[in-house]
Amino acid sequence: MPGGPGDPLLAVYDLCLERGGRELFRDLAFAVMPGQLLQVDGPNGAGKTSLLRILAGLSRYGFTGRVERSTPPLYLGHQPAVKALLTPRENLAWHVAGEAAYDNPQIEDALARVGLYGYEDVPSHALSAGQHRRVNLARLYLSARPLWLLDEPFTAIDRGGVAELEALLVAHVERGGAVVMTSHQLLRVDYRVQMLSLTEGLLA
Amino acid sequence: MSAAAQSPGTARFCLVLLRRQLTLAVRRPIEIGNPLLFFAMVVALFPLGLGPAPDQLAGFAPGILWIIALLSNLLTSDTVFRSDFEDGSLEQLLLAPQPLFLSVLAYIGAHWLLTGLLLALVSPLFALMLNLPAPALGALVASLLLGTAVLSLVGGIGAALTVGLKRGGVLITLLILPFYMPVLIFGSAAVRNAALGIPATPYLAIIGAMLCLAVALAPLAIAAGLRISVDA
Repeated sequence: MPGGPGDPLLAVYDLCLERGGRELFRDLAFAVMPGQLLQVDGPNGAGKTSLLRILAGLSRYGFTGRVERSTPPLYLGHQPAVKALLTPRENLAWHVAGEAAYDNPQIEDALARVGLYGYEDVPSHALSAGQHRRVNLARLYLSARPLWLLDEPFTAIDRGGVAELEALLVAHVERGGAVVMTSHQLLRVDYRVQMLSLTEGLLA
Repeated sequence: MSAAAQSPGTARFCLVLLRRQLTLAVRRPIEIGNPLLFFAMVVALFPLGLGPAPDQLAGFAPGILWIIALLSNLLTSDTVFRSDFEDGSLEQLLLAPQPLFLSVLAYIGAHWLLTGLLLALVSPLFALMLNLPAPALGALVASLLLGTAVLSLVGGIGAALTVGLKRGGVLITLLILPFYMPVLIFGSAAVRNAALGIPATPYLAIIGAMLCLAVALAPLAIAAGLRISVDA
């Protein structure tokens, strides 16, 4: 892992974004340290997804400011990036993110953890929307990347799944990872969740 | 959580992408069959429109075959990145640690294997329907093999630039058709000369040179186009 334990995984300086003539945020500055669980807060249209795409490096134009990444993040966006014509196993084994070559036991284990045991070789078009999102969430169990950027990870996930995902996030930050996520629901976790307001920056 | 697994090497990642694209295509065989069906239908129409005189058809055959190959490539080039854009896979591809230049080449390679290669392999059959002289068949296959690869690469640029648009069909045609024309000119000239007994190799060499240029430059343009389309 690049960077020492005291270095931020991600640092943002003077970030300003305008969309459609409206200023979404201005002079946003914060750093994400290992062990931090950060929730981006704001109403619909506040620029949460835009911020996450800037942090991930998908948006490269149209904003001013600087983003420094000491490590490539794992970004899960709105769309699940799951191919309906491939099985969950193939979706993970041939994933276009090119993160690592996973072997079968690893993939089966990850799918079992997201509740898709027995669905490994079913074509994904036979799965529900929530199950598609679960295939995508299985990447969280496979990934070795310390920084996770999650855009609305709870969408279409049932109550049990939400609790498991919350536990996974806490386990990840306790291991020294960091999570930046957007969500409209408050996390029910036994860990310090920092809120990031797009207008006021990091809230204590 | 898995142990810190290494990112797969670039070559291996490209092979995985190629396999993924080919598997996706094989599970939707209609997409592979459509260009071939289009080719067969249009070839069957020409004798009806031009008259069935074998000599006349043989004269037109090189141009006809090449124009249809070009159009059937144009029909499919729109789809290279579309489904990946719609389900979010494209974002993930852009974030992959492997160089996008080569990943894009894998996508185009898969597209060419499923359109250009198949078309070139079945083209002798259609050529016989148009009474193309047998000595020209070799030149036809060779020129289609090289030429459709150029078309796939150039079409990929248009696909990358228009993938973010709801209806990119006409725009992509306007964007890339001018770049298709040199391939058409030299491709049909190669077949025509071979039919007259003149060596086709100079024309094939020129298409080969175009292919080298396209392999070197088109992935750069495609990668840039994809980044712009995903950014917007």
